[in-house]
Amino acid sequence: MNFNSIISQLPYSQPFLFVDEILQIDENGATGTYRFPKDSFFYKGHFKDYPVTPGVILTECMAQIGLVCLGIFLISAEENKKMKIGLSSTEVDFYKPVFPGETVKVLSTKIYFRFNKLKCKVEMFDAEENLICRGIIAGMLKTEL
Amino acid sequence: MSDKELLEKLKNIVTPYVQDKEGLENFDENTDFLNDLKINSANLVDVVLDVEDEFNIEIDNDSMNDMLSVLDAKKIIQLKLAGK
Repeated sequence: MNFNSIISQLPYSQPFLFVDEILQIDENGATGTYRFPKDSFFYKGHFKDYPVTPGVILTECMAQIGLVCLGIFLISAEENKKMKIGLSSTEVDFYKPVFPGETVKVLSTKIYFRFNKLKCKVEMFDAEENLICRGIIAGMLKTEL
Repeated sequence: MSDKELLEKLKNIVTPYVQDKEGLENFDENTDFLNDLKINSANLVDVVLDVEDEFNIEIDNDSMNDMLSVLDAKKIIQLKLAGK
C-alpha cells in the first residue's frame, strides 16, 4: 500500500489536519511527521503573548498519525471501505513544549485492535529526538457499509 | 464454577470501568452494562478482553455484540467454558 493514499483517506482538512508524511506503517504501528506552521490558528490565543502549541493539539497530532493512519491501514488491509471514527480515551504526559515552526515525529505501537477498538502506545519526538510527550490513546473505528 | 463465583469475578472485572457506583451496589444478573453501570462501548471492549484473560476463553465478534447485560455475559462465559 502507498502511504500517500492513507493520508488522502484521512477524514480531516485544514485547519485541523496534523499529518504531513507517513514514514513507516505496518500492522504493529505507524510513524509519521508534522510541522506546526507558524501561522497556525491556535497560536493567536495560546498563549496571548507567547505562542506555544496546545497540549490538546499535540494529543490530536498523536491520535491522527498514531491511531487514525494506523487504523486506515489495518482496516484497508482487510476490506476497502470507508470508516467512522471516534476518540475513546487519552492519557498523555508532556515533557517539552513545541514552538511555532517545529517539526515533530510521532511513533505508535499497537496494544490491541479488537471489536473495533484500537488502543496504542504513542510517543512524540522533536527534531533532536527529544521526547515531547507520550501516552496511551484509544479510539473506535468502524467500517461503513 | 458456581453462578455466585462467576458473578463475583465479573463484578471485579467491571468495577474499574464503572461510572455509576450506585449501579455497582445493585450488581446482579439483571444489571445492564451500558444503562445501569454507564460503561461506554470502548470500555466494554476492555471488559470483554479482561473476561477472556480471567476465564481463559475467546470471545468472538457475535458474542461481543450480544454481551449487553450481566446475564448475557454469564451465559456466554458458561457456553465458552463448556466448549473448552
